[in-house]
Amino acid sequence: MTDWLGPEEWRAVALSLRVSFWATLASLPFGIFIAYALARWSFPGKQILNGLVHLPLILPPVVTGYLLLLLLGTRGPIGGILADWGIVFAFRWTGAAVAAAVMAFPLMVRAIRLSIEAVDPKLEQASATLGASPGWVFLTVTLPMALPGIVAGTILAFAKAMGEFGATITFVSNIPGQTRTIPSAIYAFLQVPGGEGSAMKLVIVSIVVAMGALFLSEVIGRRVAARVGGA
Amino acid sequence: MLDVSLRHDFGGFSLDAHFRAPAGVTVLFGRSGSGKTTIVNAVAGLLMPDAGRIAANDWVLLDTDAGIRLRPHRRRLGYIFQEGRLFPHLTVRQNLAYGAWFAPKDAAREDMGKVVELLGIGHLLDRRPGALSGGEKSRVAIGRALLSAPRLILADEPLAALDEARKAEILPYFERLRDEVSVPILYVSHSASEVARLATTVVALDAGRVVAQGPAAEILGDPAVLPTGAREAGAVLTARVARHHDDGLSELDAGGIPLFLPRLAQVPGSTLRIRIAAHDVILSRTRPEGLSALNILPGTIRDIRPGEGPGAIVALDTDAGRVLARITRRSATALGLEAGARVYAIIKTVSVAASDIGSGSTG
Repeated sequence: MTDWLGPEEWRAVALSLRVSFWATLASLPFGIFIAYALARWSFPGKQILNGLVHLPLILPPVVTGYLLLLLLGTRGPIGGILADWGIVFAFRWTGAAVAAAVMAFPLMVRAIRLSIEAVDPKLEQASATLGASPGWVFLTVTLPMALPGIVAGTILAFAKAMGEFGATITFVSNIPGQTRTIPSAIYAFLQVPGGEGSAMKLVIVSIVVAMGALFLSEVIGRRVAARVGGA
Repeated sequence: MLDVSLRHDFGGFSLDAHFRAPAGVTVLFGRSGSGKTTIVNAVAGLLMPDAGRIAANDWVLLDTDAGIRLRPHRRRLGYIFQEGRLFPHLTVRQNLAYGAWFAPKDAAREDMGKVVELLGIGHLLDRRPGALSGGEKSRVAIGRALLSAPRLILADEPLAALDEARKAEILPYFERLRDEVSVPILYVSHSASEVARLATTVVALDAGRVVAQGPAAEILGDPAVLPTGAREAGAVLTARVARHHDDGLSELDAGGIPLFLPRLAQVPGSTLRIRIAAHDVILSRTRPEGLSALNILPGTIRDIRPGEGPGAIVALDTDAGRVLARITRRSATALGLEAGARVYAIIKTVSVAASDIGSGSTG
């Protein structure tokens, strides 16, 4: 594989995997929390939160990227404070991870929310009458029963993060080894004469990763569903 | 001893109920919509009533005046739900152990092996609920509640979702629970035969009010209290199996009066409670001769209650206990029946359904 891919292509693949892995892992706890809040709680501003979560799905990715740059750039209101603490996102691979996480978040929350809504509240009540505090009810009943949706949401988010382009290139640019993920690399290769070969290799990698993610989510989802469903 | 006092209004329904549940099985008995499930959910903490007090001895679960409202998980109750509500992602063994995991370490608890044996679920332990039959799920649900080291067991029509054969299979387990486990049980039912077989105490409910409460035989034999209507009226007698005869009959002794029933499984000497449906009882002013019915109980009329329509419920005291008879008002007039009159109650042997015979006494 390393022979087939040139060093520059390989760097894009490795970076994409790293960015997507951390984007997915770091957003998962927030994704579960927000999905649970949307599925089970009623609170003022619920529709606004729901809208905010889904916004990146509807906005042009460039807009999302630009908003991230405004907020998290070193001179932005949040990015400025973080920069004082030594945390910088702009033009770093961590920034690419943030962009990917934001763009993938709606898909993750949607899948998890649906699976939490499918958990029968009567089972959560039964758990409470047996002595489980709300935290234990969540950990021993809600979470395991929603697991198929959580797995599906996570894999979907990972695949989406792998493909993120517009917000990433707007927010953190296209720096080889730092923010040049697979889609940015394909874009860059297509800008130079003779780059089609490298671009095609990355296209194939993209397809393989996407298909693999779908296949994996199918297999894991089915296995978990069988375990939860009995027999 | 459980003390319950509740007031709650919702959607045009008002509940205002006060009752005490001593040890044994206390059945909340009434038609659907009479507030039974609301009361059980309030005791469990799944519903917060407008006002009320619930205390098991000195353990206060709810006292709205004092601002005490324990969350469900702090109440230490074993709730047996109508639909079982087993956790589908856990094995039967894990379901059974679930409650014990959260119980205080020093809580008096039932032994897992003993409960598994009592309920006959040893062969199911490694399965998941999805692979169990309705009756098996019910038994596991009973075990799960029992093993959570509860101070009180709640059961909300646990048999209502089962067919007759499954009911007949599960009822004896509740009888054993009543007789072998010291935890008090609050049991919701609208079935007269379940009440007759299980209840130590009956709390009769109608439209959110307690209309009567007391020992089972007393409440079921009171024609003024027919929570599910005259059609389902029936008194409960306590009888001892005397001997089994070769012709397929069992002879019982009910307060010195012999009763003949179709062959029973219980060994001679065991005590049974038998529900005699009021519509299966015929009354006669004189001791009948040349009649095919085998069971004739002499008694004195205590009370006659005219029902809606052409019927009336006659309550009579016999040596075997209180018996209710449902007859027409025309017959009551023709026979000159009135309180204090001597009559004979006639019960056909084959009319007593097997599902109306349970173990234990009503005392």
